[in-house]
Amino acid sequence: MVTEVELCGIKLINPVIPASGTFGFGLEMAGAFDLNLLGGISLKGTTKEPRYGNECPRIAECPGGLINSVGLQNPGIDALLNDNVPALRKIYGGVVIANISGFSVDEYVYCCRKADASSDIDILEVNVSCPNVHGGGMAFGTSAKAAAEVTAAVKAVTGKPVFVKLSPNVTDITAIARACEDAGADGLTLINTILGMRIDIVRRRPVTAEKYGGFSGRSVFPVALRMVNQVASACSIPVMGCGGVSCAEDVIEMMMAGATAVQVGAENLRNPMVCAQITEQLPSVMERLGINDLKEIIKVI
Amino acid sequence: MPTAIENMKEGTYTVRYNEKIATSVFRMRLDGDTSAFVRGGQFVDVAVEGFFLRRPLAVREWDGEGFDVLYKVVGKGTEAMTAIRPGSILNVLTGLGNGFDTSLCRHSALVVCGGLGASPAFTLVKELKASGKDVTLVAGFNTSSDLVLRNEYAGLGVNMHISTMDGSCGMRGLVTDVIDVLNGEWDCFYTCGPTVMMKAVCAKMDIPGEVSLEERMGCGSGICYGCTCRTTGGPKRVCADGPVFKKEEIIW
Repeated sequence: MVTEVELCGIKLINPVIPASGTFGFGLEMAGAFDLNLLGGISLKGTTKEPRYGNECPRIAECPGGLINSVGLQNPGIDALLNDNVPALRKIYGGVVIANISGFSVDEYVYCCRKADASSDIDILEVNVSCPNVHGGGMAFGTSAKAAAEVTAAVKAVTGKPVFVKLSPNVTDITAIARACEDAGADGLTLINTILGMRIDIVRRRPVTAEKYGGFSGRSVFPVALRMVNQVASACSIPVMGCGGVSCAEDVIEMMMAGATAVQVGAENLRNPMVCAQITEQLPSVMERLGINDLKEIIKVI
Repeated sequence: MPTAIENMKEGTYTVRYNEKIATSVFRMRLDGDTSAFVRGGQFVDVAVEGFFLRRPLAVREWDGEGFDVLYKVVGKGTEAMTAIRPGSILNVLTGLGNGFDTSLCRHSALVVCGGLGASPAFTLVKELKASGKDVTLVAGFNTSSDLVLRNEYAGLGVNMHISTMDGSCGMRGLVTDVIDVLNGEWDCFYTCGPTVMMKAVCAKMDIPGEVSLEERMGCGSGICYGCTCRTTGGPKRVCADGPVFKKEEIIW
């Protein structure tokens, strides 16, 4: 069974990657299982300055998922590169993906330039789709022009592969995807969370301290799958599929829809061992389905 | 930098009992591996059929065969838990959170609980007593029908100094009123209960203390940053850096 896949010339031992924001900075889970089972790790979204994030409650449960409004809590790009990533590298040999967020084109450029200088980082994931911050994040990912502008600006300061992480909260995700590809993106990650809300009907106020948050979990899988398929059909650059993936069968379904690698997000919050379990289940599921090499099934639909 | 979760274990547990012990309060015993528990004040995260997120529940006590938790019915998830029958198998993350530090106490400790805060404090008190420390226990409830664990604490040789808001049991008023009446001398305190109560206790007590915070959680295991609180040492995760913090760390 060949589980190896390749993103822009970078080999991953398997396509399984915990998604940004659902696996901290990697080290948190080092005591729970061997991180080297993972094809890659997408680190928690990082900004130029340290951020506390939003007030609590940041979490609201939903049928088949949850809403989060963490709001990009992170130690800032300098601490990420000086402390977190080197510490992770000591125990992890797979692909490290830095997820970069910002409130201006200059901030994206600043962070990507710094991350570019780190030999510990393999791929830059440019997050233009965080729904939980005001005046940045998703604002760049809901306009083809702004997304292209960020993409071109960061491409100019890094030689590492740049994956742009797209928002599902748009009318036509393929228009944004094509704009990023035309601006030089090496790949695309999708989908980020779907903007949602919950109301406490007793207290008559939103469950989360922020009125709206990002909805993710098993329920979004069909939406994510459809968007991955649309984008993989519209573009020729590789896609990391993300959204509602909870088992090895979902990984295969996501790859058939067009993903070269697959990120696992909200499921980590209910089962922190799930990524390790998926990597262990993949070979037997492949055998059952008659798949010898995962690369054969990418975008068969 | 965030610390790794060293002790967490995932496993399946068999429900031995799941019984109502006070108004809207249930006690559930789960049999299985307890090797992940190292301190009183730690918690577990229980997967409940039909709900996406687990339910974080403080551990009252464990032994070689299992552990028990007290929980209050506050929403659909805990409501569903009341229907779990003995013999059911549940998936549980164990050994979560840091727990109380008994080394804070030299000779005598004041333990102040509110409501179900009496549950995670139980193993703390048991450990303090086992190491020969004097323990004064103050427990506040809304009303007498909310009262829990009085007999269990008596079994440790610890008298529960009770306050209720309506005066239906013990002293009428707040835990801080009981502390005034006791007028004792302690070298440290521990507190677990509603935030307003713990804040009042911290403001009142001019000795070292530990506080067990509560926040709505996502993962319970330190990876989602959904339960962050402000401390003098920067943002901390209640689930993984806490839930127990030093009094002086907390920015209320």
